[in-house]
Amino acid sequence: MLRVDVAKRLGDFSIEASFTSEGRVTGLFGASGAGKTSLINMIAGLLRPDRGIIAVDGEILDDTTARTHVPVHRRRIGYVFQDARLFPHLDVRQNLDYGRRMNGLAEDGAQHRRVTELLDIGNLLDRRPGRLSGGERQRVALGRALLSRPRLLLLDEPLGSLDDERKEEILPYLVRLRDEASIPMVYVSHDAAELRQLATQIVMLRRGRVTTFGGVKVLPGPPL
Amino acid sequence: MFELSPTEWTAILLSLRVATVATLVATPLGIAVAWLLARREFWGKSVADAAIHLPLVLPPVVTGYLLLLTFGRRGAVGAWLADHFGIVFAFRWTGAALACGIMSFPLLVRPIRLSIEAVDRRLEQAAGTLGAAPWQVFLTVTLPLALPGVLAGMVLGFAKAIGEFGATITFVSNIPGETQTISSAIYSLIQTPDGDAAAMRLVVVSIIIAMAALVASEWFARRALQRLHGN
Repeated sequence: MLRVDVAKRLGDFSIEASFTSEGRVTGLFGASGAGKTSLINMIAGLLRPDRGIIAVDGEILDDTTARTHVPVHRRRIGYVFQDARLFPHLDVRQNLDYGRRMNGLAEDGAQHRRVTELLDIGNLLDRRPGRLSGGERQRVALGRALLSRPRLLLLDEPLGSLDDERKEEILPYLVRLRDEASIPMVYVSHDAAELRQLATQIVMLRRGRVTTFGGVKVLPGPPL
Repeated sequence: MFELSPTEWTAILLSLRVATVATLVATPLGIAVAWLLARREFWGKSVADAAIHLPLVLPPVVTGYLLLLTFGRRGAVGAWLADHFGIVFAFRWTGAALACGIMSFPLLVRPIRLSIEAVDRRLEQAAGTLGAAPWQVFLTVTLPLALPGVLAGMVLGFAKAIGEFGATITFVSNIPGETQTISSAIYSLIQTPDGDAAAMRLVVVSIIIAMAALVASEWFARRALQRLHGN
């Protein structure tokens, strides 16, 4: 369960958002500039709220009245960025292994195989990120986040920098991920069609405020 | 014709030793300072930045004299180090290394700082979300990506340390076998009536060392570009 109730001022823009989600995939929907990225950066611990509470599965990660702020590296929250952010000096195998090494986890060959098979990246392991296509990069970034064993996975427009054809290439993997991996996700997008395929719950964000909360029915546009 | 005499060899080896020790001791410090200047905001940052660059703009004699006042036998720090740890800088090769280290420090720090600034902070954030503590982020992401800059800084610092003259001769004088480096040996030789040939030989050696350093630094810079683009 994810509980967010925060306020944050960023220049002349402000975010005041509050929602609780039990969904497997919480879709964070809104136009660009609605504050979606700032909001999940607060969940990840990359941005500190001015006021409020963030809790995952009952564990408080931020509570400004108690001055609690769990630093980003201790949150166990995976993050897939729009721009992948693979480490350019490491090959794919080392990128995938990074989270395990940093958390001092034992090697888990079965888990590694499951993830590389789920994402079809087994043939890329020896390549450097500079030699991958945009879609491949995003799949590796997904695998890297999954293998760090997060309790929650944040995805910030992971298809945002890809063309339509590439999006169609990645979407099935995300659906599989939702159905096969047991990690709750927060999926940020400004694309209603994408969220309709993936999300189980929707949080609509407009100018830093939550306007609607509910099932995918609340999304604008024609239903499938 | 190009036969180096034992005195010349002594000066060359001493120069290499002084410059190597100066560079190796200054590098970890230089990385720390470069990181602070590149990544942290703190009170007095511009003063600290200026102080590091001071040896670059001060007359070397002034730096050497200040070193003598501070680290000399009767200098505040020098006397304390000698009494408590038996470390003496004045008129020793270690003093030459100290002078060279301080004179080359700005040249060492600059490329390291630039290469740390060039490391994409978004990669450091990504490392954090994968569970890396700040020191792990530094060791596994920032430093490896900045490594070519670190090496370039070391090469430049080393070249500067090899050629340092003014501060060294002021601080530790020009004692053959102890503090007489290539530069001070050349200086002595051109003041001796028949020293021209020997001076010329040392000049050639200096040019070779300097050229090698420049080529190495170029090579590291090119590696840096490749590394940042992930090929």
